Amino acid sequence: MASKEDTPKIPITVDFSGGLEMLFSNKRRHQVSLPSLTPEGQPATIAYLIDYLCKNLISDPRTDLFVLDGHIRPGILVLINEADWELEGEEEYEIHKGDNILFVSTLHGG
Amino acid sequence: MQPTPTNNGGLDDGLQSQNGHDRRLTDEEFDRYSRQMIVPGMGKEGQLRLINSKILIIGAGGLGCPAAQYVAGAGVGTIGIVDDDVVETSNLHRQVGHATSRIGMKKVDSLITHLQNLNPLPHYIAHSYPISARNGADIIQNYDLVMDCTDNPATRYLISDLCVVLQKPLVSAASVQKSGQLIVLNCPPTPQGLMDKKYPPCYRCCFPKPPPPTSFVSCGEAGIMGPVVGMMGVAQAGEAIKILASGLHLSSPSDPEVERNLIQPTLLIYSYDLESAVGPYSFRALKMGSRKKKCFACGENSPENLSLEGIKNGIPNYDTFCAAPIAKVSLPQQDRIPAAEYHDKKQKGELPAHILIDTREKEHFSFGSIDGAVNYPFGKLLMKAALIKRDGGDGDEILSPISARTQAKKDDDGKDDDTPIFVVCRRGLDSQETVEKLKELGVDHGGKRKIMDIIGGMKAWKEKVDPSFPYI
Repeated sequence: MASKEDTPKIPITVDFSGGLEMLFSNKRRHQVSLPSLTPEGQPATIAYLIDYLCKNLISDPRTDLFVLDGHIRPGILVLINEADWELEGEEEYEIHKGDNILFVSTLHGG
Repeated sequence: MQPTPTNNGGLDDGLQSQNGHDRRLTDEEFDRYSRQMIVPGMGKEGQLRLINSKILIIGAGGLGCPAAQYVAGAGVGTIGIVDDDVVETSNLHRQVGHATSRIGMKKVDSLITHLQNLNPLPHYIAHSYPISARNGADIIQNYDLVMDCTDNPATRYLISDLCVVLQKPLVSAASVQKSGQLIVLNCPPTPQGLMDKKYPPCYRCCFPKPPPPTSFVSCGEAGIMGPVVGMMGVAQAGEAIKILASGLHLSSPSDPEVERNLIQPTLLIYSYDLESAVGPYSFRALKMGSRKKKCFACGENSPENLSLEGIKNGIPNYDTFCAAPIAKVSLPQQDRIPAAEYHDKKQKGELPAHILIDTREKEHFSFGSIDGAVNYPFGKLLMKAALIKRDGGDGDEILSPISARTQAKKDDDGKDDDTPIFVVCRRGLDSQETVEKLKELGVDHGGKRKIMDIIGGMKAWKEKVDPSFPYI
């Protein structure tokens, strides 16, 4: 298995919206270099990205506002290149170079 | 399935004969609607369809006001509005269908007053009571299209479920602080359970589970920029007018014309940035999925889950599904002090030297605070608490952002700083949670240090101590 340093990186853009940006240094757009393989040697998927963001990018220690029971918290939409992740295979989707992943918190006010 | 209408060239012919809408416009109508009727695709037929349509606007607030204005201006023939609130001064920066002269009036009556002035031709119906599982179907069934302009998850799921069963298109928008969202659902209206091709999604298809109540914020707490919610309300009116003028609400998804008209379900999101004011506005149109097989409300087995009868009788239970936010902590009496008592004792010099923590957001704090209070926003405090828990370490560290003294004193003589702490917030909930959090971290030094909650927050302070206090 390749060591962490040798693993090639996939450059992607990760966006947060609907208030989620508050958990990520109050920045709406982040350029992320995601290891192309998980520590187990599997291709990087959305599930891996979510875990990676929780360990490396989140600035607020209240990670339960982003992830609950190992999955994205209810009330957060995940969009892969502007399309609902459901159209792309949800957590199983394999990340490609240049992908745009958007996390949006659903709003209820009015 | 309905029979396929014969003549379907576009907005300007379509379903008119089916609905007997072929009449002359009155001079007043002709004059009033001329500028929109000459827009390609609208025409006299589109206008007549609007005039013969009935729209229900649920919520007469930040979304409902701008939405209602454009729907009324465009000449939708019957406009029902549901809301049980009254107009308050703090509504007026965004709820532009109300007026300073109508503060205290029922929102529904205030908004209809405004709309009648704008356009006296439509028939306006006031529903000045809240929509509920009991009355919802009876209200909605009389209309052609519903606009969800409400402000909480439980009502949003209820409205969507009713629209699925009653087969009404739903134009749904939401907005808080600096963000907005908009989506058209159930359009064209499709019977529950049909799965043989791509059908439009309902609210549950897009948002199957509500957010946990702790992550839910309202406009009252988080604030809201008027133009952001206004933009979403206007966009809602735009979508509703499009659907009604084209007759899409009267069609069935099997109509060939409808198939041609079906577009990808789209969620529009708007993010507005006050921190980088010169940056680009951000509108994004996101592709959503169609009806989901597993959807509780409209999917394959949905008729078993959801019926009008069931909804009326409390199945499903929307309140438990969304678990409305309630006070999670209630401290024992000895850890609490009424605002007035705190004030009196302080005046008489009966309180020992203490730290007074105000956990409101810094924007709230900036308008005024109790003498000697230090600002430590609740979110920051929770963040710090989570950090200490994660990394291990002295619980007293939680006070480091507001008091350098605590650590220093401990270092000098090796003794804990037992200066009592009082906590105040906006309405008295966060302060209780703060007291509990501080005790959990051991900041009370096993009971040697008093940590007290000021009951009812700055709201109580204004009511009981200082009526001139600038409370938001």
